[in-house]
Amino acid sequence: MEAAGKKEPVLKVQNLGIQFGGLKAVDSFNMEIGESELIGLIGPNGAGKTTVFNLITGVYKPTEGSFYLNGHRMNGKKTHQIVDAGIARTFQNIRLFKKMSVIDNVKTAMESKLSYGLFHAVFRTPVYWKEEKALTERAKELLKIVHLSGKEDYEAGNLPYGQQRRLEIARALATDMKLLLLDEPAAGMNPTETEELLEIIHFIRNEFKISVLLIEHDMSLVMKICERILVLDFGTTIAIGTPKEIANDTRVIEAYLGKDDEEVESDAKSE
Amino acid sequence: MERRVKISYVINLLGVLAVFLLFVLLFESRIFGAATQYIKGICTTACYTIIMVASLNLVVGCMGEFSLGHAGFVSVGAYASAIVSGALTGKGLPDLALFLIALLAGGIAAGITGVLVGIPALRLRGDYLAIVTVAFAEIIRVCFCNFSITGGGKTMSGILKLSDFYWCYWIMAACVAVMYLYIRSRFGRTVKAIREDYIAASAAGINVTYYKVLTFTVAAFFAGVGGGIYAHYMTAMIPTNFNFMYSAELLSEVIIGGIGSLTGSIIGAAFLSSLPEMMRQFSQYRMLAYSVVLIIVMIFKPGGIFGNWEFSLVRILHRAEKKGHEKAEGGVQPWKQLERKSRY
Repeated sequence: MEAAGKKEPVLKVQNLGIQFGGLKAVDSFNMEIGESELIGLIGPNGAGKTTVFNLITGVYKPTEGSFYLNGHRMNGKKTHQIVDAGIARTFQNIRLFKKMSVIDNVKTAMESKLSYGLFHAVFRTPVYWKEEKALTERAKELLKIVHLSGKEDYEAGNLPYGQQRRLEIARALATDMKLLLLDEPAAGMNPTETEELLEIIHFIRNEFKISVLLIEHDMSLVMKICERILVLDFGTTIAIGTPKEIANDTRVIEAYLGKDDEEVESDAKSE
Repeated sequence: MERRVKISYVINLLGVLAVFLLFVLLFESRIFGAATQYIKGICTTACYTIIMVASLNLVVGCMGEFSLGHAGFVSVGAYASAIVSGALTGKGLPDLALFLIALLAGGIAAGITGVLVGIPALRLRGDYLAIVTVAFAEIIRVCFCNFSITGGGKTMSGILKLSDFYWCYWIMAACVAVMYLYIRSRFGRTVKAIREDYIAASAAGINVTYYKVLTFTVAAFFAGVGGGIYAHYMTAMIPTNFNFMYSAELLSEVIIGGIGSLTGSIIGAAFLSSLPEMMRQFSQYRMLAYSVVLIIVMIFKPGGIFGNWEFSLVRILHRAEKKGHEKAEGGVQPWKQLERKSRY
């Protein structure tokens, strides 16, 4: 795999793997993500894409291998420590704080940036007001980026689907991460919403200089925006390369569509 | 914005003061005649029950976990404060100072117990946590039945009667205010996020266990303070007072008042703690009537009397003011009514 420039990669994954009982969900997974690189992670259902996300964010403890963020070893750390170090994610099935306001959803993710303690909170000292005010302003800025200005006081669960997805991105942004993991951000979106999402992803990447790892089933989207694509099948990496290389890779086509040539052709048409 | 907040504090303080003056007026004018002392007693009972119920609401409403062992913390606070006030009597302290020190000691003792219980127990969620809290409260009760310092299963009596209604009222107001400010700060926001979705919360960089234990401890602290008032009101207590039924009673008061609403807890606790007394005329059917009230409320208001809605004096005044404006401008614009905004 080509390393991204001379600089140290933002994320470096070495032989990462996890075993559930007798099943190897992910097996010797290797990957490097350079600064502000946008990488796609694709594969058929059950290939282990979300498991990779769960491993990198500390939800699962890897049974083998290790991964590094900016050269710091991350395995064994708890999710919130990994988030503090700079990896944030969104979820395949949206996980917002549904009964809280939109702005509180974002503010919650900035919790670790606050320093006031119980005393300041209870006595509402100037420190409290200053920090909360700064927090509100920052949250509003982030909501503007994901085109949710003016919705600050809405209950998050009442937002339309596309906006909920964008709010989740804003919440991830609020953690001040270096690497953003997006788990099927365009799932269930209509073409216009997907287009808007694409814009946002591009904007975020250029504005914050962050790297993005994207799981997506919408192939046209993946092909359009990803610089490199990594294909998983049954927990193993079967191909890495540019979108063009991936589109012509026989193993990838096999994994997605099966081996029979006639079937491949007919399925390709319906796609 | 800051100005508006300051004004709202003043309004709330005036509201609390007005209620206090109302009580003073009622009691000092001797409207109830011979029953004054008795009614004052009921009001004191309501005060400490409000503190206990509001603190339980931090766990149940704000954190979304069922704790069935709140009486355990109450008993730790009650015994600790009774022991401290017993040790400090005759040291020349004024009654109020002695009372406050005893309550603080009770709160701190209960808070420490909260940390010790919370760290192992809060790894669990839902039904499992509920069972662990029941077990914990039983352990405390059994301990108090065997320690000699707590009377060893016999009644611990001779505690100073320090719980005066007027003091208790202000202590209650202060406790509820602190809990309210806790909920409306980063801590409450975080804990609510954990309640909504703990996986997403940890993915947002929140140390879930830390905030859960912290909130549990704050709740235990105030339960302890409530217990302290209880001890200095009853002047005698026995560990079996704090059995499972007492925890269940507190929990039912939270649910009746409204899960997640502190003002609901105040109304629920005040209502339910005085209900058995109000129903004395039904004599032996008292507890039956009490149960019937519970059932009726649950059928017609499943979310509790207040739901998760908070009573706000400021909002009512604001609305009245707005209505005045709108009348001057000519009616409410229909789209303004349609706008549905979050309550949080």
